[in-house]
Amino acid sequence: MANPGFTVAQATQSAISTNKVLKNTYMLLAATLGFSALTAMLSLALAAPPWTYMASVIVAMLLGIFVLPRTANSSAGIGVLFLITGLLGFGLGAILSLYLALPHGPQTVGLAFGGTAAIFLGLSGYALTSKRDFSFMGGFIFAGMMVVIFAVVANIFLQMPALSLAISSAIILLMSGFILFDTSRIARGEETNYIMATYGIYLSIFNIFISLLQLLGILGDD
Amino acid sequence: MELFLKIAAAAVLVLMLFYLWPTYKQWQEHGPKAQKGDWQAAILPLGAVVLFVIVLIMAVR
Repeated sequence: MANPGFTVAQATQSAISTNKVLKNTYMLLAATLGFSALTAMLSLALAAPPWTYMASVIVAMLLGIFVLPRTANSSAGIGVLFLITGLLGFGLGAILSLYLALPHGPQTVGLAFGGTAAIFLGLSGYALTSKRDFSFMGGFIFAGMMVVIFAVVANIFLQMPALSLAISSAIILLMSGFILFDTSRIARGEETNYIMATYGIYLSIFNIFISLLQLLGILGDD
Repeated sequence: MELFLKIAAAAVLVLMLFYLWPTYKQWQEHGPKAQKGDWQAAILPLGAVVLFVIVLIMAVR
């Protein structure tokens, strides 16, 4: 016969460890977002040229593919994560300086920032309070990501504004799906590595911000 | 410089596709399937995001 006391203790232990991953993820996310803001301000102050953005994203992607997964189970992973988010922030600063130079640029940047915060908080709150399992979206989200990556590669060379708009819209939807998917996985104890969890959510927020900025920039008065 | 960065970015994105492929296959073949009401629960917040983005676009026009 199963020992009910042992089962309750096991469930409590599992809930505590899930809450710990969630708490650590959000603390690390806040720290990395703050660090990105600092490096973005540094990039703005140094008036980094626009190509800095692409260079930073390339290095950050390589670090995310090859280095982070190998260090995510050690304290070195935190350093790598800060390096990646710092680089992405520095690249973002170069893009922000272009937008801020437009007549309604500060308004566009402010709206994109506020919009991203509202989308992230709304979706995370929904995933946490509904306690639903959104992992069924995994296949759909990864398929969508692959299609979008194909389109991005094509548009690097084609430079079609309509395709840019379509890509930005698709990225906002996909990253919103990723926030639901990642948050529900953390809340249900399926993701136990808070460094990888932070990296996933950070990338979703970063991509939503960049895509929203692009959409508002193209469709705005400027 | 710019052409070199474009080629490098395209190369890294193609590399990323190779890394995403096994994850995609795994989720497609072994990932949990949607139960009744699951897609409705996902489409509701995603629809709200679409409406919110439309409101933001209208605000800048």
